[in-house]
Amino acid sequence: MDAIASLSAQDFKSDVKPIWCPGCGDFAVLTALAKALAELGRPRESIALISGIGCSSRIPAYTSVYGFHGVHGRALAVATGVKLARPDLTVIAAGGDGDGLSIGGNHFLHACRRNVDMTYILMDNQVYGMTKGQASPTTAPDWCESKLTPSGTGVSPVAPLHLALASGVNFFARGFSGNPNELARLVVAAVNHPGFSVVHVLSPCVTFRSEQRAWKQSVHGADAAPAAHPAEALARFADDDGFTTGILFAGDREPFMPARTTTMAASDFERGFAVRTPPGSLAAASPA
Amino acid sequence: MEAGHDGQAASTIGPADLAWSTPAAADHRTVPAVSVAVIGSGGAGAMRAGEILLEVAAVAGFYGLMTRAMGPQIRGGEAAALLRIATAPVSSLDDHFDLLIALDWANFNRFAAEIPLAPTTVVIADPAEGDVPEAVLASGARIGRLALKDLARAVPGGRTNMVGLGAAAAMVGLPSEIVAAVVSGQLGRKGDAVLAASVAALKAGADAAAALPAISRLAAPLHDGVARWNISGNQATGLGALKGGVSFVAAYPITPATEVLEWMAPALAKTGGMLVQAEDELAAINMVIGASFAGAPALTATSGPGLALMIESLGLAVASETPIVVVDVMRGGPSTGIPTKSEQTDLNIAVNGLHGDAPHLVLAPNSIADCLFTTQWAVGLAETLQAPAIVLSDQALGQSRAIVAPPREPPAASGRLTVPARDHVPASYRRYAETESGVSPMAIPGTPGSTYVADGLEHTERGTPSAQAADHATQLDKRARKLEGFDYGPSWADVEGEGEIALLTWGSVTGPAREAAAQARARGIGTRLISLRLLLPAQPARLAEALRGVRKLLVVEQSHGRQFHKFVRSCYDLPAEVAVISHPGPLPIRPAEILDQLAAWE
Ligand SMILES: Cc1ncc(C[n+]2csc(CCOP(=O)(O)OP(=O)(O)O)c2C)c(N)n1
Ligand code: SF4
Ligand SMILES: [Mg+2]
Repeated sequence: MDAIASLSAQDFKSDVKPIWCPGCGDFAVLTALAKALAELGRPRESIALISGIGCSSRIPAYTSVYGFHGVHGRALAVATGVKLARPDLTVIAAGGDGDGLSIGGNHFLHACRRNVDMTYILMDNQVYGMTKGQASPTTAPDWCESKLTPSGTGVSPVAPLHLALASGVNFFARGFSGNPNELARLVVAAVNHPGFSVVHVLSPCVTFRSEQRAWKQSVHGADAAPAAHPAEALARFADDDGFTTGILFAGDREPFMPARTTTMAASDFERGFAVRTPPGSLAAASPA
Repeated sequence: MEAGHDGQAASTIGPADLAWSTPAAADHRTVPAVSVAVIGSGGAGAMRAGEILLEVAAVAGFYGLMTRAMGPQIRGGEAAALLRIATAPVSSLDDHFDLLIALDWANFNRFAAEIPLAPTTVVIADPAEGDVPEAVLASGARIGRLALKDLARAVPGGRTNMVGLGAAAAMVGLPSEIVAAVVSGQLGRKGDAVLAASVAALKAGADAAAALPAISRLAAPLHDGVARWNISGNQATGLGALKGGVSFVAAYPITPATEVLEWMAPALAKTGGMLVQAEDELAAINMVIGASFAGAPALTATSGPGLALMIESLGLAVASETPIVVVDVMRGGPSTGIPTKSEQTDLNIAVNGLHGDAPHLVLAPNSIADCLFTTQWAVGLAETLQAPAIVLSDQALGQSRAIVAPPREPPAASGRLTVPARDHVPASYRRYAETESGVSPMAIPGTPGSTYVADGLEHTERGTPSAQAADHATQLDKRARKLEGFDYGPSWADVEGEGEIALLTWGSVTGPAREAAAQARARGIGTRLISLRLLLPAQPARLAEALRGVRKLLVVEQSHGRQFHKFVRSCYDLPAEVAVISHPGPLPIRPAEILDQLAAWE
């Protein structure tokens, strides 16, 4: 087992060189995650980091914990299986806005309402980075830089906060890759909060959305303690500009974890199929 | 009346008091097997009567099979219980029915094709339910008019299906005291009045049957000392999974696979595991992959539409070398197709559906009892070989019940090769190490010193994503080698009999093929039966051996597009003369059709 006290943030990084573009926000998310894991003080082997497909979804390979890099959109389903099968593990899922809200949108909704005790780091750059710059569900309707939607999508973006609250999320924080220290604190709080917690990270794509470099001027901290009821959070953040950082909502729903009992062995069920002679009948009665 | 509820004794009569005497048969010939169909509209209790008849046969020492034909209604639609009861194990329904009990004729035409009748058939029809349908009269069957409804009405609380059941039991020759005992065992908790009404109705039916045209009665059961099980294919699949060690199931409901899940949910809850209802099949298979990655042997069950949704992630299980089992209880396709009826048409997608070069296991149970064996074997193989296994059952197996000898067990599997805890040297563990067998030790999360990232991207031995030709070649080769090089032993197929003619088949169609082969041998036609249980990886050397000396091969399958024939052609060398019997569901393939071809060849 890892000597817990001695692990630094660097110990939670691997020696694999990220494929990310220089300046990509995801580097700082990795830094913040490693810092958070060091702060949590849990052994590396007790943590599982699960992702789908996208630039952001590459993150598990750059850490030194157990990881699973699956198919596009299914990170939350894989993570749910890991946590339900192994409640002793700390389970973190991570990925992009396309992975989590488009192809995997249904799993996001159901992960919020199922409330399994795990954390989801949603790295939002309002674009499909990996496939070279198409609109995602969080892209503004008038963004015209993609060859697929040269006149903009004309479709309203989804607000992850509102979607999560409406779906029953138990904890929602927003961070910014340009402020990795705050982000690390948010990840620690999310992991420590029981139930399903979302950390929505504004993580610029400098290659396809270079204007996102200006996000550092847009972000602003939340000016109140986290809302404790979904209705309160929805009211408070009804007109949210999407740049409020901090813990925005912390609920107290009971996490989902079916109770396990071991009162029988598999072979005990065979008896249920054995033909028994009901009392009163003659076992060897010959046909009339 | 509940025992002790108000200080009174619960039951004052026992089954022995309930027996009626069965009238002597008009005809003393006995036969080794009798086929009975019970039909009725929703609520008439045809299914219930069929289930009781099967259980009575089991207690009396017979073997049997009961399939069901249902209308499309969600609840309360017409239903048919199709039974065959015999002194020896039953592998398929017969070519026609000896006895048809029509509780009513509502929507009979929907079933007519599934209930072949012959001039020797006796049809019990209630005059109060209107004219006997033209299709029935055209068969030349003898009609026995029995006022089922009136007889039931004459008994306070009497039910028509119990009158019909009494008549059927008497005509087949099942002992009245066992009928009474089984009914009493099932109704006991409902109290004496209900039980007495049922027994009076049974007796009324049995008495009235004496005046009807007789069918040949069942010969005495073999008191072979072998225990009997009464089990459905879907239950056997669930039990096989549990015995194989499955502790995690995630699934999305779909006909006709749901009973696998319904049986497993409470069983898993009592054996330290769990079943999770997922939001869709994409989630189900990925939850299963996650659970298995975390160390739990895991399974999902679905039918064709769900398998189609799972295909991308089956490839993920291949590439990441995560053991999982996907049970597909096949139904008529494509698209939503015929959800309640059987067809062997997911073979193509199970074998060829995955993109990329994706070696995986495909297995198929070939009887109701074999659902247990094959599913348990599939779990062991998936775990041992760190690969996904698809188990192709179908509606005809899954939703049918049989009285069988206790199913046999597959050979013990060596199970998942894992790495022990070790000192922390993160760079040293190679999850996808090239090994001679192709199987590499798998570190389960929680194991110190062996953290790694499982990946669906092509990867190096360490698991780091790689697009290099050499890594791709190494990993493709390793994943193919571990499946192809494994010794699957004799369970790859059932090979029975000798002869220059062979039947090659798979899955539920093995039942009628086995029956036809037995009938052919009885006529002196040497016939081999080869039923493939392991479809992928193909076993060319073994099939060549099984086919040695065979001149003519008859391929039998239930699909319109000859999927199995094309599959065996693509994997195997076949003898020069090959004929194919291939037609789509929902009609089952009957032994006679197969026998005709064998006889024509002789
Ligand atoms: C089934 C499937 N469809 C499409 C793709 C192609 N694809 C890969 S990543 C991606 C979008 C990634 O966007 P996002 O999740 O936002 O991640 P980012 O790259 O922006 O970090 C798409 C469409 C795929 N890999 N699989
Ligand atoms: S394309 Fe965008 S999201 Fe992807 S690595 Fe480059 S900067 Fe980051
Ligand atoms: Mg993105």
